[in-house]
Amino acid sequence: MKTNQPINQSTGSPITLLTNQLINQTLHLADTALILGQRNGEWCAHGPILEQDIAITNITLDLIGQARNFYQYAATLINASENKNETEDSLAYLRNEREFKNLLICELPNGDWAQTVLRQFLFSAYQELVLEKLKNSSNEQLAAIAAKSLKETQYHVKWSSEWVIRLGDGTTESRDRMIKAIDTLWMYTGEFFIPANYELTEVHLLKETWFQKVRSIFEEATLAVPENTFMQSGGKSGIHSEHLGFILAEMQILQRTYPGAEW
Amino acid sequence: MINTKENIRSLLRQVCDPEIPVLTIMDLGIVREIICTNDDAVEIIITPTYSGCPAMDAIAFDIKMKLMEAGFKQVKITYTLTPAWTTDWMSEEGKNKLKKYGIAPPQNISSRLNKLLFEEEKNIECPQCHSTNTKLLSQFGSTACKALYQCMDCKEPFDYFKCH
Ligand SMILES: [Zn+2]
Repeated sequence: MKTNQPINQSTGSPITLLTNQLINQTLHLADTALILGQRNGEWCAHGPILEQDIAITNITLDLIGQARNFYQYAATLINASENKNETEDSLAYLRNEREFKNLLICELPNGDWAQTVLRQFLFSAYQELVLEKLKNSSNEQLAAIAAKSLKETQYHVKWSSEWVIRLGDGTTESRDRMIKAIDTLWMYTGEFFIPANYELTEVHLLKETWFQKVRSIFEEATLAVPENTFMQSGGKSGIHSEHLGFILAEMQILQRTYPGAEW
Repeated sequence: MINTKENIRSLLRQVCDPEIPVLTIMDLGIVREIICTNDDAVEIIITPTYSGCPAMDAIAFDIKMKLMEAGFKQVKITYTLTPAWTTDWMSEEGKNKLKKYGIAPPQNISSRLNKLLFEEEKNIECPQCHSTNTKLLSQFGSTACKALYQCMDCKEPFDYFKCH
């Protein structure tokens, strides 16, 4: 037996590296959808107009739904290989910051409407490519969740693209805000394409397609694509900004204070 | 008790979508399979319409209640994601019920979301006056599965069950 292989604490048998990789991949997808959903949810009842309040919260609902599907699958995998009793709730509410594998861009504060819709666009354009790849994955369950999610994400891309164009090519103020949002968010897009050791999708191969999509929308919005800038990374491997701790504190306090509480 | 699939199907035709109560779950097309495991035990396999559809838990509960009332002792609800549900699975009867209820039914898959920006699904018929001179107000309506449209003839806003 290899010494560096993780050991199942309860049975003493090795957890195969492949299973471990699949669990982490699934958690990364789940955490990313959950944390962005949690952030977008802050807009509930605070949207600029009623229709858009409903739009962003419906996108949130899609993301939380996707997260639930991924967490349920992750729980099944963990329970089968480690003889544990994880659930979608325990994975969302009882893991610590370092265990979360979400993309950094998802945990950033919402900022103004420009920053919120730009983040949705940069992320959804990326998520669409990832889901398209996963849809053809040999793993049937991931493929099924991806196929389901993809149809929703296509609506998110369309909606957010239109907002980026509307604000970028809008008034002086909306344009200024969009430029500021690009300055704030761009450095968090590099991480999309740096493969984590558990990723099944060759994310580095998606960069060119994503970039072309972003460039075409920016062009229509009369916005400039930033030149080579410093890029942040770490979220995929659990190294987060100071913001994640606050999100988790708010999201997890109920379950941590009253374990097992239900509505 | 006559424990046949047809019997179970007719019971399931009495379980309604909690958000659109004119539609039964059979109209929606979300019941994938009925497996009679025993004389008084049954497994119902359902598929969600949308990943985050908050109605799924309520639907599962309602199915259980309906079948248990009819004498089933064990009712198991299993979710499946493959193949993914599409609005094409909605029955013609269901689409007619939607229209009468004031919600424009989904068009066929061929008219599905066109990725051109700012382009809307066209010719959505107003459920009030049947005009097709309608416009999209918001891609996301009262629930994630609906978009908000307005009729330019009778001026009424209405929900459109989006194609998926
Ligand atoms: Zn009308």
